[in-house]
Amino acid sequence: MSIDTVAAAEVSPEQSQPFAELGLKPDEYQQIRDILHRRPTSSELAMYSVMWSEHCSYKSSKVHLRQFGEKAPKTDALLVGIGENAGVVDIGAGWAVTFKVESHNHPSYVEPYQGAATGIGGIVRDIMSMGARPLAVMDPLRFGPADAPDTARVLPGVVAGIGGYGNCLGLPNIGGEIVFDSAYLGNPLVNALCVGAMKHEDIHLASAKGVGNLVVLYGARTGGDGIGGVSVLASETFADGGPTKRPSVQVGDPFMEKLLIEATLEVLQAGLVEGIQDLGGAGISCATSELASNGEGGMHVWLDRVLLRDATLSPEEILMSESQERMCAIVCPDRLPEFMERCAKWEVEAVVIGEVNATGRLTVDWHGERIVDVPPRTVAHEGPVYERPFHRPAWLDALQADTPDHLERPVTGPELRQTLLAMVAAPNLASKSWVTSQYDRYVQGNTVLAQPEDAGMIRIDEATGLGVAIATDCNGRFAKLDPYAGAQLALAEAYRNVAASGATPLAVTNCLNFGSPEDPEVMWQFAEATRGLADGCLQLGTPVTGGNVSFYNQTGDTAILPTPVVGVLGVIADVAMRTSMAWHDEGDHIYLLGDTSAEFGGSEWANHVHGHLGGLPPRVDLDRERALAKVLVTGSTSGLLVAAHDVSDGGVAQVLVEMALRAGTGATVNVPAALEPFVFMFAESAGRAVVVVRPTEAGQLGALCERAGVPLTEIGVVTAGAELTFADLFTVPLGDLKREHERTLPELFG
Amino acid sequence: MSVRVGVVTFPGSLDDRDAARAVRIAGGQAVALWHGDDDLRNVDAVILPGGFSYGDYLRCGAIARFAPVMRSIIERASAGMPLLGICNGFQILCESQLLPGALTRNDSLHFICRDQRLRVENTSSAWTSGFMSGQEIVIPLKNGEGGYVADERTLDALEAEGRVVARYLEVNPNGSRRDIAGITNERGNVVGLMPHPEHAVEPLTGPTTDGTPFFTSVLKSLVSA
Repeated sequence: MSIDTVAAAEVSPEQSQPFAELGLKPDEYQQIRDILHRRPTSSELAMYSVMWSEHCSYKSSKVHLRQFGEKAPKTDALLVGIGENAGVVDIGAGWAVTFKVESHNHPSYVEPYQGAATGIGGIVRDIMSMGARPLAVMDPLRFGPADAPDTARVLPGVVAGIGGYGNCLGLPNIGGEIVFDSAYLGNPLVNALCVGAMKHEDIHLASAKGVGNLVVLYGARTGGDGIGGVSVLASETFADGGPTKRPSVQVGDPFMEKLLIEATLEVLQAGLVEGIQDLGGAGISCATSELASNGEGGMHVWLDRVLLRDATLSPEEILMSESQERMCAIVCPDRLPEFMERCAKWEVEAVVIGEVNATGRLTVDWHGERIVDVPPRTVAHEGPVYERPFHRPAWLDALQADTPDHLERPVTGPELRQTLLAMVAAPNLASKSWVTSQYDRYVQGNTVLAQPEDAGMIRIDEATGLGVAIATDCNGRFAKLDPYAGAQLALAEAYRNVAASGATPLAVTNCLNFGSPEDPEVMWQFAEATRGLADGCLQLGTPVTGGNVSFYNQTGDTAILPTPVVGVLGVIADVAMRTSMAWHDEGDHIYLLGDTSAEFGGSEWANHVHGHLGGLPPRVDLDRERALAKVLVTGSTSGLLVAAHDVSDGGVAQVLVEMALRAGTGATVNVPAALEPFVFMFAESAGRAVVVVRPTEAGQLGALCERAGVPLTEIGVVTAGAELTFADLFTVPLGDLKREHERTLPELFG
Repeated sequence: MSVRVGVVTFPGSLDDRDAARAVRIAGGQAVALWHGDDDLRNVDAVILPGGFSYGDYLRCGAIARFAPVMRSIIERASAGMPLLGICNGFQILCESQLLPGALTRNDSLHFICRDQRLRVENTSSAWTSGFMSGQEIVIPLKNGEGGYVADERTLDALEAEGRVVARYLEVNPNGSRRDIAGITNERGNVVGLMPHPEHAVEPLTGPTTDGTPFFTSVLKSLVSA
């Protein structure tokens, strides 16, 4: 076989190269030639093409994402900020927590099981590469209409993949979201979040420090999976008799990942590692160029030393392979024997593939021939940056003018009862236990709250009860009506969910799922959403610690709903003081915190009952959210609140049904005199929560709300009965609500 | 001196830390045992925890059964040492032929995680003596291959000899024959259980604390022995 070497490239400047097939624009290809002062070798071209891809380089989003740093609130909590594999937050007592959410949308559409499974695998390795033990995962998911044939193809595979991989890793799945909307048909969103914890001194970074240190590749062998566009190069190199084109979706092996976790934690804790990086998108190209770029600036790699699953792979393919379950560590030569011993203990293969140097170059040899010689920063960090044009969509005025005010509303008791039964069975509001019962929520024995609770909560320190809570949220319909407000509403909801569990919100991660950045209207949605989120985080005092952008979620000209998924992490000093959504005792008082108004733009009622999307989303008041969170956290940690539940999709009626079904006991509810019953039940005004207190402590709650400036309305009382009664309107047995709430997903997906 | 209960870690074991925690909460001393080491470190009893040993490759529990530690465990269990296999551990016990029958793919074909109601039917085994006969408990169940099967003669024998330790109530979550959730050997020292008592030992993290008596039972039986 013929290998394209640096020497060959120097003497054949005219040789034509398939840059366009690899996704590079002519000016980007020229930029590479300018950097190298020659044409790139095929291996170099492969590296640049994948590292300068939208996915790896953030070239369209970078100029907007800068706001997360520029507008970051002052905080001492952030130990490692944006730009590393994942942000790290101080939660006190010497503990640090790292968390991040990433997308695996396109692979999950092509091959739902493996796409979703490797999404979990990738985010878990991101968390490990900070030095943390992964502790839990969550999956925010979006699918097309629940009854669409393609949803029946994608959803069961995605759920089985998340379960199949996550369950086998021993990570509890503690929450997430499942939303159906026709906008996601053909473009499902599969986001994966992982949280991990470590002591401060165990934090590690992806940098190749120390000249003479060794670059060790360990984990699974490198195969031909996930090569994608690079097969273009491969087929050039192998004119005949070479490997056929490989599937571009990676295949996961959770057992290997579990061994990789244990081996990695051992070598980290034994102090055997100077720097560490996971191998995900762009494989060895990404790991070596990022490690070198962040460290001494130089690295040499003997690529033929990489252990292969398939001996026929070309060097370009090895550089690009996205084979799963691999990590790269920088190890001092004198610690190498112990490093190898620990890997062997866990039956994980490891091999030295390179060495750190001070040349300022990343050089790669293949059987003695130089095939790569580049400045690593130009690969990893100095890719192209675009200021994509954007403008407010022409259709937005008409959409916002089409308010839900004209939609027919239920008025009488029987009408409201019927609407309630229809709403609790709506795919977006129905019980998700068909999905979540396929995930192990118990493993590790530290899960304090899990779905369907507002937030997932895990204990970090068994001795003190120190723990964290996490929630992810986004209503894409709100973001479509107003992306700035929509992003803030997503932030507000996740923030409120965390507070409702009793944890103090501390930091934010995000997964920004949008259509094509080359469409100026989509780009405007993205610009507005990032601006809204950055402004919101500043106002709430919760910094963005990292995240992920997923563009090109569109089919033809039709983009998905703008979906900036926001994850909020909170801390609680003692998880024993958490608050669940289940009320307990007959006679306890039920209160609504916050103000309700007739806000139905983008609501689930308008969506489910009328198929309508228009008007404006609910008003955002982040100062009110902050005050509400204070009440919820204080009320929870002081033991005042018996139960608490955030009000969002489906409104107060949905909240009361969920609380009653969780508890298995009913309530009598009085509609406040100032509100139309329909508005009280189904409006989706932000900044609200339902809380329950013992009758003797009603005064304390009143005082707490008054101090915080949060409106408080008594709306009912917990009963011993098995029905939910809206006084003077209707009564409905919990059995009927339970049946309607729980039947939808099993009927659709078996 | 407190009772030493070994918890084995195979490659792919997941609930080993949880089992060790349950032993400690029950008042015992948890001792980590490594699959590749046949030294049982003077333990008085052993737990084979849940998880996916060897990735469930080939067949659940089929590879773990050949681990060096299993040689010593089988020898000691045959001499009467209390041995509990939970979930994947139950599968390993069946593969090791310490218990009859096998665990097969759930009839729903889905992995299932739920809070499961059980009735404890045998209170004379080393691991269930702390229960009252017929006691109903709720502990987590989580498995993909938890359907207990055996031939009719074996099932009849298990019933006749009172060796069904626990049975599923309300819902049979995985298609187990005769709703069997756990069984014991003739001697009553080896118990295999598909649900996870180690996840029901703290009110904070479990649905109940109904799992604790499995662990206190063995400690008590060893102290009084």
